Amino acid sequence: MIEFERVTKRFGSWTAVDSVSFTVAEGEFRVLIGPSGSGKSTVLRMINRLIPADEGAIRIDGEDIASLKPEELRRRMGYVIQSVGLFPHWTVERNIATVPGLLGWPKARIRDRVTELLELLNLDPRRYRGAYPHQLSGGQQQRVGVARALAAEPRVLLMDEPFSALDPITRASLQTELSAIHRRTGTTIVFVTHDMDEALRLGDSIAVMDHGRLVQCATPLEILTHPASPLVRDLVGREEWGLKRLAVETVGDRARRQESVTGEPLAAETPLHRALSEMVARGTERLPVVDGDGRPAGVLHLSDLVRPASGGAASSGPAASGTA
Amino acid sequence: MTDRLPLHNRVALLMALAVAVAALALPFLGFAPNRLLSGRPVPLWPALQGLDGVAVLLPGLVLLTAPFLRPTRAGLGLTIAAGGLFTTGLVWLAGAQAASLAQGASAAARTSFASGFWVMAAAGLLTAIDAARRLGLGAVGRLAVGGAVAGLVALQLASGHLDALSILKEYANRREVFADAVLRHATLVVAALIPTLLVGIPLGVAAHRVQAVGRAVFPVLNVVQTVPSIALFGLLMAPLAALGALLPGSGISGVGPLPAVIALTLYSLLPIVRNTAVGLDGVPSPVREAARGMGLTPRQVFLRVDLPLALPVFLSGLRITVVQAVGLAAVAALIGAGGLGAIMFQGLFANALDLVLLGAVPVILLAVAADALLSIGIAAATHRIGVLPGRSAP
Repeated sequence: MIEFERVTKRFGSWTAVDSVSFTVAEGEFRVLIGPSGSGKSTVLRMINRLIPADEGAIRIDGEDIASLKPEELRRRMGYVIQSVGLFPHWTVERNIATVPGLLGWPKARIRDRVTELLELLNLDPRRYRGAYPHQLSGGQQQRVGVARALAAEPRVLLMDEPFSALDPITRASLQTELSAIHRRTGTTIVFVTHDMDEALRLGDSIAVMDHGRLVQCATPLEILTHPASPLVRDLVGREEWGLKRLAVETVGDRARRQESVTGEPLAAETPLHRALSEMVARGTERLPVVDGDGRPAGVLHLSDLVRPASGGAASSGPAASGTA
Repeated sequence: MTDRLPLHNRVALLMALAVAVAALALPFLGFAPNRLLSGRPVPLWPALQGLDGVAVLLPGLVLLTAPFLRPTRAGLGLTIAAGGLFTTGLVWLAGAQAASLAQGASAAARTSFASGFWVMAAAGLLTAIDAARRLGLGAVGRLAVGGAVAGLVALQLASGHLDALSILKEYANRREVFADAVLRHATLVVAALIPTLLVGIPLGVAAHRVQAVGRAVFPVLNVVQTVPSIALFGLLMAPLAALGALLPGSGISGVGPLPAVIALTLYSLLPIVRNTAVGLDGVPSPVREAARGMGLTPRQVFLRVDLPLALPVFLSGLRITVVQAVGLAAVAALIGAGGLGAIMFQGLFANALDLVLLGAVPVILLAVAADALLSIGIAAATHRIGVLPGRSAP
């Protein structure tokens, strides 16, 4: 768990972070979003003390990070940056092994861990273990960057716009992989981005920052349906609001469980905008749904996309934004 | 004129023309009854007629066709071989000529290289160097070619084939002095290099970290570089002599090796300090940030990230320093520091050009050897890193 209590950071006369308080729960995927200069990266870099806080307290699992040695603190966290920052004179293997090496893991364990991570990030260990960073594409480099950050099984992963320099296709596949890794490992992730689609797609919760202050911290659905300020509304954007709205819920949330229908089924975790696309593509208004183990989990109707059949928790329109 | 010879290599053409002109119009060797008299010219043409002439004729003919060879691996390889063998062949022919001229002449008679030899030897080497560059030969490949040429000359030296040449007669008279001079020369360079590195590396690190240090240090070092070496040696004489008078028995004096080492150190500092700072400046900041973010201590960041990534640029500074120091150490002979410069100046003052050569050639060889070895080091330090910004020093 990460706690910020009235944390302030000034650079000269400029207040980059202004009395910010929030909590990130164990295992949560928290996205920090905001325009440039909003203080989101500063917040991230205060968590591993790359930037020291001027006022307030930052606690990890109840422990004030100011009481820890910065190097020890950082070795317990993964850190991924936009420009990757792989060590160009080290092989992929040695790059990934950096923190385990610092922690003094035995050689065999490091080796196995490197293999495991390369497979996790869809890089063939035999081919890439001995490669040098300049021999890799941008997407592969960031895969290694993520693997390196995960190497010592950190409880917390800090990511500063890790995918924003990548092409859309590579970015999408890395987002999918990161979601899967998060589900599998239960690592607490703090993820900085300026891309609302990425935030809606990845975050369990989204913290919106502006001028060093925390404007809103809520679930993607809440951000979409009840934006707390004009800035949040602008970040969400009015274009394709409905599709974004669909994207934050899954087929499993809306399927009618008792029904069944024939056809190629959709997985329950498929986002709803994909289901809509699938219906248009197949020319049908009903799709069968299966759960994670491939067992039938009901049927999704076209009308369920517009309005939840059983009256879900969420409101159905952008009432607060007034764009319906 | 559509069916004229296809010209592929302008450099080789220029060199082939130089060879042709030198062979026809310039004296190959000079033969004098003793070392003080000027010699009569010995042309190349008659010398080519004997069996020894084949060593020059064969590669020479290839060299004349080199401008028209296609720039393939085979064509460029042949050009390199022809250029190298042509030069070593000239040495061989000169040795043979000198031996035959020595027959029936007095022991004081001298056979020296003349302008034709120098022009042709230089043209042969330049053709080979240019072809090696066109072939994209790496540091190791260039060293292998250079080593082969040097080896062929060394074999001729060792076999005694060149003993009749004037420069080797000068050597025979000064065998022990020569060995001492080479050792002394190398010692001067190393003795200057140690304080240079001890002071220069920390100064370079400081200039990289604190801008004010760089602003203070670089103008001073730049000014030192512009002071002519003889003037700097001279400037150091007075204070050191005064210091020596103050501390009798300390061995400090205004002449000899000490002012030479101090002056060499002052000259050597600029490339070392500058390239240390530039190399560190060139380490990409994301790499450094990632290293810190993963929990490397400042010391570990410096040793594991900064140092290896700055190494290629640092080594190219070291290369400049060493090559420069080898040359400058020759001038240090003027203030009594000894070394190969002493032999050169002895020759200059005695108007014995071969004695000058006996001092100058090893200086050149030392510089070339240091340059080649450090080039290999730079290539080894660079090849893993790929392309880094700020690789080349200003």
